[in-house]
Amino acid sequence: MNNHTRIARLEHVGKRYGAVVALDGIDLDIHRGELLALLGPNGAGKSTCIGLLLGLHRADSGSVTLFGEDPQDIAPRRRIGVMLQAANLPATLKVGELLRLTASYYPDPRPLAECAALAGVTDLLGRRYGALSGGQQRRVQFAMAMAGRPEILFLDEPTVGMDITARQSLWAAIRELVAGGCAVVLTTHYLEEAEALADRVCVIAKGKVVSEGSVDALRARVALRRIRCLTSLDPGMVAGWPDVASVEARDDRLAIATTQAEVVVRRLLHADPLLSELEVQRAGLAEAFTEIARDADTAQEAA
Amino acid sequence: MTTIDTAIDRAATVAMTPRRLVDAYVQEAKAECLRYLRNPGFLLPTLLFPSVFYVMFGIFLGHANSADAPRYLLASYGTFGVMAPGLFGFGVSLALERDSGLLTLKRALPMPPGAYLLGKMCMALLGAAIVSAILLCLAIFVAGAALPPSRAAMFFGVEVLGSLPFSAMGLLLGTLVKGQGAPGVVNLIYLPMAFLSGLWFPLSVMPPFLQSIAPLWPAYHLDRLALSAVGLGEGGNAMHVAVLAGFTIAFVGIAARRLRRHG
Repeated sequence: MNNHTRIARLEHVGKRYGAVVALDGIDLDIHRGELLALLGPNGAGKSTCIGLLLGLHRADSGSVTLFGEDPQDIAPRRRIGVMLQAANLPATLKVGELLRLTASYYPDPRPLAECAALAGVTDLLGRRYGALSGGQQRRVQFAMAMAGRPEILFLDEPTVGMDITARQSLWAAIRELVAGGCAVVLTTHYLEEAEALADRVCVIAKGKVVSEGSVDALRARVALRRIRCLTSLDPGMVAGWPDVASVEARDDRLAIATTQAEVVVRRLLHADPLLSELEVQRAGLAEAFTEIARDADTAQEAA
Repeated sequence: MTTIDTAIDRAATVAMTPRRLVDAYVQEAKAECLRYLRNPGFLLPTLLFPSVFYVMFGIFLGHANSADAPRYLLASYGTFGVMAPGLFGFGVSLALERDSGLLTLKRALPMPPGAYLLGKMCMALLGAAIVSAILLCLAIFVAGAALPPSRAAMFFGVEVLGSLPFSAMGLLLGTLVKGQGAPGVVNLIYLPMAFLSGLWFPLSVMPPFLQSIAPLWPAYHLDRLALSAVGLGEGGNAMHVAVLAGFTIAFVGIAARRLRRHG
């Protein structure tokens, strides 16, 4: 990961829509051949990031580059592929015609049959787009995204509306492209999708990158486990125990964060034999993600 | 790393050749024409209304008409007919596609700038050509209009090119309204303008005030040119052409500014 492999970059980018700050001085690098997943709550700024990299908007401050050029110029965009979340393609055109049209925009397009095979739409080429199911339409959009032999593929929520088999076959196609050297920038609401695909995950909240790293590193950041129980023990006392990272109390309900769940649970049960509703949870990516977003919130309030 | 090297090599060597660039424009225009020819909801009203009107008023109810009537009505309904592909095919589709995300996708893709609008323009020209050809056939072979080939060709040329100001008007409307409300808005302009320009009833039977404001509407000027082409002109063609060109430039100019600012 160095400057030679970097192919797209947001550098201290700010963007506001009226009074709403969409991006607040964000920095983001995309490297050749990697699969980067952008995660974050709705309105966090994921789509704005993608929109800037596609040249759809202009940044208010900072710089946006795609292959070292301005993405609003057409030349760098001849090296990308795009699948947007909401795009109603012409219903009366046939799948083959849509693919041929998209391929015509590129200098050295992928052969139509190859695109269709990769996306699994070979049997749909003669069908009209409007007659396809939602999942089939997403596959056609994916085939269109690959038409130009992209070096970066932008996929905005690619598997929305797909059943589990269709989703897995799309994941396989994405992995095949990445293996062939194509970088992929993916936004998704499905955390298992990020877990299944991403080399690197970038969590965006309130217009900033709040965490960045591999899926494992992200999980490790919250190696903590969470113990919940009903108890009469004094929260202040529990917070003073070794290995306890933090304690939250609401009425008699305690939420204890710790890296040593077994030790703390043993001690809890010993101290309060009447303790009930004991629950121990490991942080999945979902938990890690909310944890990180919350940390970012508190950090911001403290600042 | 060899993969990186080859990727960079490819990017350096592969440029868009002029031939591929032309192909992009051609494919876009072809796709645009195909999708509308396959859309009965667009095609039928566009082609049917002027033809049905002509058959009704020019042929079935035409016994009491003067000998000039088949040609006069050819000009009126021809003008009425070629307005629609521009206003609806261009304007309404742009309004819908700004709303549906298709325009956003096309802007993100490396579509050559202008291919989108040029494609729509080709579609509107093709629509106008089909309407004009149908009406010409009806006028010559069914209504028995006395129209030598040179005049028929002139009429065809005037009406097809005459659809351009309405494409420009559609373009402007498409940047002003968005989404499903667009067909209503366009009809609110299309139908009154056709009436006020004397396409349904001759201006001479209309109140003097309406007659006096007719030159405000582009359709009036196209109708005058079409009448002139079929041999019923009253002169002033250069002025009519100039007015239509002026309208076209103004509509495109304002629309381009809006598209640049708002996308």
